[in-house]
Amino acid sequence: MDEKPEQKETKQLTGDEKAGAGLVEKMKEGGTALTKRAIEEAKGYKDVQDTQLWKSIFRVSHDRSDPRNRSLAVLSNVFLHLHPAKINRDAVRYRYTWGMGGITFYLFIVLTFTGVLLMFYYHPTKVDAFRDILYLEHDVPFGKLLRNMHRWAAHLMVITTWLHMFRVVLTGSYKRPREFNWGVGVVLLVLTLLLSFTGYLLPDDQLGFWAVTVGTNMARATPMFGSEGPFGAQLGMTPFNDVRFGLLGGSIVDSNALLRSYIWHCIGIPLVASIFMAVHFWRIRKDGGISGPAPVMLESEMKAIKKK
Amino acid sequence: MASRFKLSKGKLIGLVALVILVLLAVFFVEDWHQLWIISSAPDNIPIVAMLFLVPFFTWLGIKQSRANDRLIVALEADPKLAKTSHRKAEPWRPGWAKEIHVWPYLVRIEFLAAVIVTVVLFVWSIVLNAPLEEPANPNLTMNPSKAPWYFLGLQEMLVYFDPWIAGVVMPSIIMVGLMVFPYVDSNPLGNGYYTLKQRRFAVGMFCWGFLMWILLIVIGTFIRGPGWIWFWPGQTWDHNAVVFDKNVDLHDWIATSRIGKALHLGFLSTNPFKFIFGLLVVSGFYILGALFFHWLMTVDFKKLSLRPLRLFPQDAFEQKLLARTSVLQYLTFQFFAVSVLLAMPVKLILRLALTIKYVWVTPWFNI
Repeated sequence: MDEKPEQKETKQLTGDEKAGAGLVEKMKEGGTALTKRAIEEAKGYKDVQDTQLWKSIFRVSHDRSDPRNRSLAVLSNVFLHLHPAKINRDAVRYRYTWGMGGITFYLFIVLTFTGVLLMFYYHPTKVDAFRDILYLEHDVPFGKLLRNMHRWAAHLMVITTWLHMFRVVLTGSYKRPREFNWGVGVVLLVLTLLLSFTGYLLPDDQLGFWAVTVGTNMARATPMFGSEGPFGAQLGMTPFNDVRFGLLGGSIVDSNALLRSYIWHCIGIPLVASIFMAVHFWRIRKDGGISGPAPVMLESEMKAIKKK
Repeated sequence: MASRFKLSKGKLIGLVALVILVLLAVFFVEDWHQLWIISSAPDNIPIVAMLFLVPFFTWLGIKQSRANDRLIVALEADPKLAKTSHRKAEPWRPGWAKEIHVWPYLVRIEFLAAVIVTVVLFVWSIVLNAPLEEPANPNLTMNPSKAPWYFLGLQEMLVYFDPWIAGVVMPSIIMVGLMVFPYVDSNPLGNGYYTLKQRRFAVGMFCWGFLMWILLIVIGTFIRGPGWIWFWPGQTWDHNAVVFDKNVDLHDWIATSRIGKALHLGFLSTNPFKFIFGLLVVSGFYILGALFFHWLMTVDFKKLSLRPLRLFPQDAFEQKLLARTSVLQYLTFQFFAVSVLLAMPVKLILRLALTIKYVWVTPWFNI
């Protein structure tokens, strides 16, 4: 990197007619030596992993034959640090885990990525929202693909979340010490459904409008907090101050509902979900990693309950 | 060739079910086009996929449970083997490392899964378009107006319960019920491996709820048409169809029945008797429901028989588990089980088969 300015200097000086011939020779010699050195050094860069740049990014050299390096590759990597360095040999069998939890998280990433791109083309207003979708479908390069992918990934995420839960039940993985993490998972399931539901209104078409109308009409019937729910009227609930009003930002599904839906969908719920996800993954590690396949326990080995 | 093809009991049942399904389809589907419209709607693809995914993963789970259950039986019969065995259905040889490195053995699987999911999503997104209807119009009601498929279970519940139960109380109870699940399951066995033998009741209860949920969604997707009227799969959706359901409340149903008239039970339709009657019915339902779940929990299905009459044989292992269950755990489980797992199908049958609307009518709420 340092040789460039010097070479420039050389050119300038050789352009000078009045400089002595000895000086020219000296410069030429210096130039050749510098080029040689540069070539020599460039050969050293052939091994990319040996450069300062590489080493500054990847803290551990990648050497597959060295077990210590394999461990460090995981432990010193921010993206992999939630993994342990080693796991049970049977834990990688996807027949056991079905991979559904991991796929759910991956779909969340896909949805964040496509969602952010969609946000560039979308205005959450009654005037623009529907037109923006038409614009996305017909004019934006790959806009249709983007929207399709966001929707199908969302549907797939609901499926994988359910199947993940199903697997956890079948393998008894919610048992001690993972009870709390199961609870976190239930919250994440609900958040997934809410994410999907808030996104439904955003195209501002008949499908979303009526689905959200039906959905929020139920909120009207919330006991005590809904204007039509049991004990709601007695507690002074009207269509203009009950829980449905709070959800929609009004008494009908209109521009405020669209904005609220948008903010919950793009900021509120993803933020909350991220926090719960962090706890979910952290607890997996803290509770001893993935639950199995564990050695079977026998009935005769059941310990008596401790009496306090 | 014929001798090599052996038909096991499970395969035979599957085959018979398939034949029945095909026959049903051939004889009862009048309108294939209608069926195609519903099942090929892009937004319904996930639930159609679930119709295959749920049985597949159930089968996969049962298969592994069976393998583990066989191992458990073998180990329990042979304590010596139990001490030396590695106790897994997965293969094992001495000398094999018990643990493997996450890098690359797990990371490569994760990477591969991500690639496959991405490819699937790309293909899916290229082949099928996300639906877009006309612009939102508050003056033009969609008929049928359906929620996204995963909420159709809730929407279908609106038929059987008032909105405050179907839309607010039930979802909350289901959520809390799922959360307390690990705390009421006092069984220490079956932690981290597939088994049915050691956890038949817990797994059974969850599957009951899960399958019921899927069933409600299937009803909401494939059966409910315009006006939320029941159309069998393959029946044409008639937008002018009107159904005259004489939905009556339970107390009226009894009071006006032949027996009710004979016994002069007309007073049941008046307050405060209808309130008291409903209260008694609901309380009775909880007591009977709890007894039913208790029976289900402890009965030994192998010894159960009608001839000679043996309806309450006790399963020794389940008895042992029950002894470990605290009163609080037991009561919590019973509350959620009766309120959701039993109340839901009972209300469904009452409403669909007997056209009964409410079982408990009060001035403030109806159930």
